[in-house]
Amino acid sequence: MANLQEKIAKAFPEAKFTEGEILLVEIPDNNLHDLVKSLRDDAENPFDYLVTIVGMDWVTSLGCVYYLTSTKTREFVSIKVSTTDREKPCLTSIADLYRIAGIYEREVFDFYGIVFAGNPDMRRLFLSIDWKGFPLRKDYDADPALNPPTTDNERQSDFTQTYTRAADGKIECKDVRVFNEEDFVVNIGPQHPATHGVLRFRTAIDGETIKKIDVYMGYIHRGVEKLCEDLSYMQTLHFMDRLDYFSAHNYHHGLCLCIEKAAGIEAPRRAQILRVIFDELSRIASHCLFIGTFCMDLGATTMLFYTLRVREQILDIMEKTCGARMTFNYDVIGGVIAEPDPDLKKDIRALLDTIPANVKEYNKIFTGNVIAKNRMEGVGVLTREDAISYAITGPSGRASGWACDVRKTHPYAVYPELKFEQVVRGEGDSMARFKNRLEEIEQSAAILEQLLEMLPDEGEICAKVPKVLKLPQGHWFQVVEGCRGLFGVYLESDGSTKPFRLKLATPSLPAAAVVDHITSGQKIADLITIGGSMDYIVPDMDR
Amino acid sequence: MSNYTIDNFNSFAQWFDGALNSVLPAWLSTTIECVLVGLILLLAYSVLALFYILYERKICAYFQCRLGPNRVGPWGLLQSCADMFKILIKELISLKHIDKFLFALAPYLVIIASMLCFAVLPWGNGLQLINFNIGIFFLIACSSIGVLGILLAGWSSNNKFTLVGALRSGAQMVSYELSVGLSILTMVAFAGTMDIVSIVEAQADGWFIFKAHIPAIIAFIIYMIAGTAETNRGPFDLPEAESELTAGYHTEYSGIHFGFFYLAEYLNLFIVSGVATLMFFGGWMPLRVAGWDGFNEIMGYIPSVVWFIGKAILLSFIIIWFKWTYPRLRIDQLLSLEWKYLLPINLFNLVLMVVIVIQGWYFGAN
Amino acid sequence: MKQVTTKSMPYEDWKDNEYIENLVNELRENGVNVLVGSLDKLINWGRSNSLWPLTFATSCCGIEFVSLGAARFDMARFGWEVARASPRQADFMMVAGTIVHRMVPVFRRLYDQLAEPKYVIACGGCAISGGPFRKSYHVAKGIEDIVPVDVFVPGCPPRPEAMIYGIMQLSRKIKVERFFGGVNRQQSRKEFFDQAEKSEGND
Repeated sequence: MANLQEKIAKAFPEAKFTEGEILLVEIPDNNLHDLVKSLRDDAENPFDYLVTIVGMDWVTSLGCVYYLTSTKTREFVSIKVSTTDREKPCLTSIADLYRIAGIYEREVFDFYGIVFAGNPDMRRLFLSIDWKGFPLRKDYDADPALNPPTTDNERQSDFTQTYTRAADGKIECKDVRVFNEEDFVVNIGPQHPATHGVLRFRTAIDGETIKKIDVYMGYIHRGVEKLCEDLSYMQTLHFMDRLDYFSAHNYHHGLCLCIEKAAGIEAPRRAQILRVIFDELSRIASHCLFIGTFCMDLGATTMLFYTLRVREQILDIMEKTCGARMTFNYDVIGGVIAEPDPDLKKDIRALLDTIPANVKEYNKIFTGNVIAKNRMEGVGVLTREDAISYAITGPSGRASGWACDVRKTHPYAVYPELKFEQVVRGEGDSMARFKNRLEEIEQSAAILEQLLEMLPDEGEICAKVPKVLKLPQGHWFQVVEGCRGLFGVYLESDGSTKPFRLKLATPSLPAAAVVDHITSGQKIADLITIGGSMDYIVPDMDR
Repeated sequence: MSNYTIDNFNSFAQWFDGALNSVLPAWLSTTIECVLVGLILLLAYSVLALFYILYERKICAYFQCRLGPNRVGPWGLLQSCADMFKILIKELISLKHIDKFLFALAPYLVIIASMLCFAVLPWGNGLQLINFNIGIFFLIACSSIGVLGILLAGWSSNNKFTLVGALRSGAQMVSYELSVGLSILTMVAFAGTMDIVSIVEAQADGWFIFKAHIPAIIAFIIYMIAGTAETNRGPFDLPEAESELTAGYHTEYSGIHFGFFYLAEYLNLFIVSGVATLMFFGGWMPLRVAGWDGFNEIMGYIPSVVWFIGKAILLSFIIIWFKWTYPRLRIDQLLSLEWKYLLPINLFNLVLMVVIVIQGWYFGAN
Repeated sequence: MKQVTTKSMPYEDWKDNEYIENLVNELRENGVNVLVGSLDKLINWGRSNSLWPLTFATSCCGIEFVSLGAARFDMARFGWEVARASPRQADFMMVAGTIVHRMVPVFRRLYDQLAEPKYVIACGGCAISGGPFRKSYHVAKGIEDIVPVDVFVPGCPPRPEAMIYGIMQLSRKIKVERFFGGVNRQQSRKEFFDQAEKSEGND
């Protein structure tokens, strides 16, 4: 870290540093682009992966915190930029350096009203264009009369805005058409069986061939990050069940780890093992459902029923311990909430016995099928560079040859003690994404087997945690591996009982943002294949 | 003529005709006969369609380790009746900005096309509406009208999804019509006639699929593939691909208009398997095994109608099996399958069949 | 009119019957002639036994709805498995998930596109009241403000068993309807939207 700090200090004398678990570099806005560029292009330690951009309102100033990682050394660095202008805040865009940055900056603009000069597409991301105010600002007027729910059709615009900063610092706004005037634009979604929820693609097609896709999100934007700012730390946990409802345990785990890190609590070992057991169980369940719905999108409905059989078995195991089928709320700050069911080990062993036969059956019915092969192979190819630039993590990123499993790169809980393979494939097509998930089921089963050996029958399940938890001032960042990829939690505390800012970096947002890039030139039917294989969950991206 | 079928509807029809003519003037008796036949056909059509809907739902349920409809009526038998009652009185939404006349016409075209095909099927010994020398040609011609209805439906709905669905369907139907036609032509070359009754009767001593061995089996496989595509069923259900185009060309239809599309889809399934039965599996001829006289006699006691419908339902099972097993093809794959594979194979097969007929290399050749 | 129930479900097992009891009483008092009555019965038999859902889901509840269709809970037993992707062909809408401000116009349009007779089931806390997200700036506080709701199924998300119970209640409700006069749904719906417009005007 010192090495990195020296290097930056040499090139950018204006930079201020705060040391911590992750180095924080504070830099004036006009140096940001150069700094990020030099970090990205560094030969030995390229910070080529933009994890997230956290929009911030520090009351006195507005700004962003950028989290970058090197795919080589896996080192984190964070960069802070701020502006005191609350009327027309403007920062420099890094959309030309990272493909995903464009979407992240739109999100910050949507929540904080910060305009990014140089971003080619500066529309609101989640909220409609008529929305008054920027909801995550601390001075946001939440009066429902300002933004009432209306049944009138949403106002649409065929234009997007780009901002450029002239030499004298004046900001100019220009309208740009999203589609060509003569394009035949079909609206797929928000209510469409293939979008897995309420996502909307405006698709320009030429016959059956896709020319361009414009993704509209926000049809299930529930403002979780804002809601969390009014709740105590314990209360924020339950939202994690409802983002990516298949990774409920994993997301809980991530937020708990972040809060525990801040509070200096460590969960007892038994609780850690239990957490990981349920993480891996939900990974199997999630991948099973993925396989089912993906095959259903391709027209092979019957597969859904075969994969749901396994999922039901897992839900039964979870229900016995957690008491619910979907919203478990099992991981709490300091450990887990309840003793595991006495039958837990027996049930999981029974599950593990059935998995090999099931995976074999899935391969037999679907993977080897000539139609399935034709539909998936070579469809939606994503190269490794694009996967990193678009921040596609999880099984999809690994299908492009990027070893990005957080369980290996930044291990947490008991993962360092476990033996398992990181499934990486090079093809980067839909078939690779599909096969990766099938194989991860087997890997998770192997992990579960080891965990069952490790799990002591008795012991503490929760550390002592004060009833009203107060965190010291500061900020923390934690990443975990959800079922769909990297899940990052940014937590900033002002020393009170409530989080000052809680930012959730979810894997589904990049997965949806990349769809335009990998579908262009393919057929309409391929959009379904690609969308299915990216496996995004809409509430997860909208939050 | 087969000696094994005991029921001959020809004699019954003649007797009925004579009886009517003896008491009524000729024009009236003809009208009554026409109306009666029409009514019986309509009734048979709807009953079969209802049966097929339930049949598919049950089969797919068993494929998927489920039970399927089992609450409405005994063993769920009345489920599709309930659906029909509901759909009959469901609202017909009238839309703005559409071509009203064509929009209303489309479902009728589809259902009329499948009705016409349905009517000329040989149901049993002597049980067909009209017997003329180009029967099989008429059948193919009628089934092609259906695509017109689908195209109209897609175009007149003024909806982008339906339009894409209709375009897909147009490309698909026109292509696969070729394969259907050619594989039937192969069998016609073997039978030497296009007359439906003669084709069936030529199979009295052995079904074509056994008699004409290899080329017949190739023709049968191609026919089943092309027939599935003709009926817009999975894995060729692109025109109504649910995950891509919501409901394809009939997205905008509601109530009984949608019901017509729904019924026609199932009836087309029956018609495709019916034609396959007719061309390859001996129509209403019972199963005969040379040498097993006792067995043959027992088979002969089963009425010819049962034979025909039974065989058709069995063949439909195969098509349903396809649908619930395979994923859907993409439009370019669908067309290349037809033009690059099925069509050349088919043409080659036709030549092979002609050679076999000329050389007399088939079973039962004199 | 006899007690309203569905096959293999004893009448005593139904909870919260007040609404349907009232409807039945109203019908008993009015009385109908035999012909119209039996026609009504036939129509209601068809309608109540053939409920086709619209494929509509926004969040977690939608996944439970998928489970409802799968082998374990198998809604096909009751004939509900014909999920239509086009609202014009569906009978009822299972509002499974949160409805947010941006979704409201879309949701309302979907409802308008459903062909009569149409029913709405509010499934899960979010659809009923906004659930855990009630305080959010972007979440509609229950779909009851947007469209008339027939059945509420509480839970977060409701278990598939609860969903089956909810749809069965809907089926019972349909059984006491009158196609010819009597309890006229269209009338009450018109009142609902008139009321909604009025209250919007007052704001």
